[in-house]
Amino acid sequence: MGAAGAFLPPETIGVYLVRPMDTTITLTVNGQKRVVVTESDRSLLEVLREDLKLTGTKYGCGEGQCRACTVLLNGKAVAACTTPVIEADQQAVVTIEGLAKGEALHPVQEAFLAENAFQCGFCTPGMILGTVALLNDLPHPTEAEIRSRLNRHLCRCCHYPLMVKAVRRAAGQRA
Amino acid sequence: MKTQLTTGVPIEAHETEPLESVAYDFGLSRRGFVHVLGAGLLIAASGWSAVAQQRGGGRGGGPRTIAARIHLAKDRTITVLAGKVEGGQGARAELTQAAAEELRVAASRIQLILADTGQVPDDGMTAGSGSTPRTVPAVRQGAAAARELLIEFAGRRWGVERGLVEMRDGKAFHVPTARSLSYADLAASDEEAAKLNEGIPSGISLSPVKEWKVLGVSTRRPNARDLVTGAHLFPSDISRPDMLFGKVLRAPAYNAKLIEVDLEPAKALKQVVVVRDDSFVGVAAPTLRRAEQALAAIAKTARWERSTQPSSKELYEHLTQNARGGLPANPFSAELAGAKQVLRQTYQVPYAQHAPLEPRAAVAEWTNGKLTVWTGTQNPFGCRSELARAFHVGEEQVRVVVPDFGGGFGGKHTGEAGVEAARLARAAGQPVSLRWTRAEEFTWAYFRPAGVILIEASLDEKAGLTSWHAVNLNSGRSSLDTPYRAGKTRGDSVESIAPLRQGSYRALAATANTFARESFMDELAVAAGLDPLQFRLVHLENPRLRAVLETAAQRFGWAERSKDSKAGIGLACGTEKGSYVAACAEIEVDRAQNRIVVRRACQVFECGAVLNPENLLAQVQGALLMGLGPALREEILFENGEILTASFSKYRVPRFQDVPELDIHIIDRPDLEPSGAGETPIIAIAPAIANALFRATGRRLRSMPLTLGA
Repeated sequence: MGAAGAFLPPETIGVYLVRPMDTTITLTVNGQKRVVVTESDRSLLEVLREDLKLTGTKYGCGEGQCRACTVLLNGKAVAACTTPVIEADQQAVVTIEGLAKGEALHPVQEAFLAENAFQCGFCTPGMILGTVALLNDLPHPTEAEIRSRLNRHLCRCCHYPLMVKAVRRAAGQRA
Repeated sequence: MKTQLTTGVPIEAHETEPLESVAYDFGLSRRGFVHVLGAGLLIAASGWSAVAQQRGGGRGGGPRTIAARIHLAKDRTITVLAGKVEGGQGARAELTQAAAEELRVAASRIQLILADTGQVPDDGMTAGSGSTPRTVPAVRQGAAAARELLIEFAGRRWGVERGLVEMRDGKAFHVPTARSLSYADLAASDEEAAKLNEGIPSGISLSPVKEWKVLGVSTRRPNARDLVTGAHLFPSDISRPDMLFGKVLRAPAYNAKLIEVDLEPAKALKQVVVVRDDSFVGVAAPTLRRAEQALAAIAKTARWERSTQPSSKELYEHLTQNARGGLPANPFSAELAGAKQVLRQTYQVPYAQHAPLEPRAAVAEWTNGKLTVWTGTQNPFGCRSELARAFHVGEEQVRVVVPDFGGGFGGKHTGEAGVEAARLARAAGQPVSLRWTRAEEFTWAYFRPAGVILIEASLDEKAGLTSWHAVNLNSGRSSLDTPYRAGKTRGDSVESIAPLRQGSYRALAATANTFARESFMDELAVAAGLDPLQFRLVHLENPRLRAVLETAAQRFGWAERSKDSKAGIGLACGTEKGSYVAACAEIEVDRAQNRIVVRRACQVFECGAVLNPENLLAQVQGALLMGLGPALREEILFENGEILTASFSKYRVPRFQDVPELDIHIIDRPDLEPSGAGETPIIAIAPAIANALFRATGRRLRSMPLTLGA
């Protein structure tokens, strides 16, 4: 289908809807330049999942309260569900699909796999990207720092203790 | 000694699982029954017969033949088929282990297909901790039956006694002559294939626990790598060619009736499909945004007739006033009359939501009158029945595929999203994806029922329980019968008029009934002047429950710490679905924020022989932590038919910083049949906390969540 939105000319019936005009957004996703023509107030989450077919980023709440949709925007962890796609214009986005280098997993992915730090796995991509951002800021976090920084990420299976272990493993610490 | 199963293929019984059915009936013309789905590709590839499809929606029954359970492909792939689902609880690893153990191969050699009604046998819904005690043995039986036949084939081919045939690594060996054949080669002839197409005999010898090589060993979820790379496709990630996105018009409140709605504003939008079928109104469009816009346009025009609805403020009065047949009187009047002391208390448990991280989602696709639905449900065959009913087609025309999904916890027994997506897809003539929002999930998914639990008990002069009468109003009877010895006991479960749509939950009503019973046991201990541990042990005969309680108390240091009468420590225990749990908790009152903080928790659990130690520990630990939510904070508030807590910012579930210091311990009993572990470990933590609060402060809270108030 290509970039969705592209085949949707702006509606002219403005009685019921006031729609932002389609905007051309150019962003780098996982190292690749992508161009999307879309309404500028759509969320980054929706554009990643729907237009760019990157479904590793999950919808969990739509209000930035669960962080299943965490991606890296210029290296910082953001909730893609509350980030308008316009904010990613001319910026660099990394999603879960962009962490591994070929067959070689990112060390945080390796650590989550080694510790079995998932049950259903729905929070896992966001949790991993949140951890990548955490370790960028704090390469050797204490357990309290891990809990504090990841507190915004929800895991409904409540598998938190093994996630803490995985973060410590990724930081090169023995749990 | 061989472990023997006394029965044949187990039948799942779900009398105790509340099933909230989906009310849609789209009144389309009835279509003929065509057997279209029997021949799964997989099976057809080897010329083996089709999976025996059974009607009866999620009631189980299992496969009729070995071939319906196990498929040995010519490329040596071993495929196992099962009707269970993976929602994070660990069924995929466990069932893989079960098959691998009996087939004498490594777990990595097994390819497991779960919950595709077009391919797998109906093993019942994934609920009630049933996969371990029922489906694991069923898969083992199927695999063992295949193994025994392969041994027979090998013996016949080589002209040797079957006792001389060794099975390992996917091959049969005759060591004296250094011959070997792969399983697939052994089953190559039509005659042999036909044998595999016969029924699974009952009473087949299963590998004894002592000889287990795959079962009993920590085994990773087979598709774990896809979870960390984002490659796994959850139901909400499924995409089909030309797929549209659907949205459904929701009522503004419970039991609001749609009076009128103007569909024209949505129809005026390009590429938008609009459906009104009685009270169902929905739209489908090429993008989610377009669908949302179309829905918003018609939602503005909708007129609803609302009715007076109970609110959460008057919830318990509402349930009590509407108790069907009234509240039963205590039948033990003689014991009450002759007692030294009689205690009576009432406990309350509010509505709670499962809130799995992945909301309900489905993709529906019609092809030549046949329907395929990909969705996250714990009840694939039941969902198939719902779809068949709603669209008046034969079950054979409906295929439900359940990709491993993002959490269920007893909350996904239904298939609403699938039915809604299918209705839209039918009108659009294109596949439709429908993904519930978090607010929809919090509002329209069924809830853990609220309940009122009344208990009355009598004590004699020696602090012995002479009678026990418990009544559960509205939330169900799981764990209502006391495990403690009392002269006479009775538990009554009474229905009421539920103000919200209610259904199953992790451990059903056992969270409510165990909270009440274990709180009440502490109150009785106080009345009897005994330590709560002592008082329980005096009345506890079940050796397995005693063992978890005593072990937890010992690991927690109960004897030493309880010398301080003001220590914020409490304990509780319980049994459900054949497994046993005890928890000790240490709490502190955070005066500044006026709330309870759990500092430390010790939980001991026993469910017979352990199949997958790491996964079991994860279930026991995760359930305890999940249980902290309803214990301390989770409560659905509603007013005038509207849910006031329909988001994670208002309905606050446990997070990283809520995790106390934990000591989780499993007692392995290889001498006992394994029972399920996904539910019971959630039941003990709330009463342990309530009991700790009382000990620390003298304040007894009898309503969940345990909030200190103003």
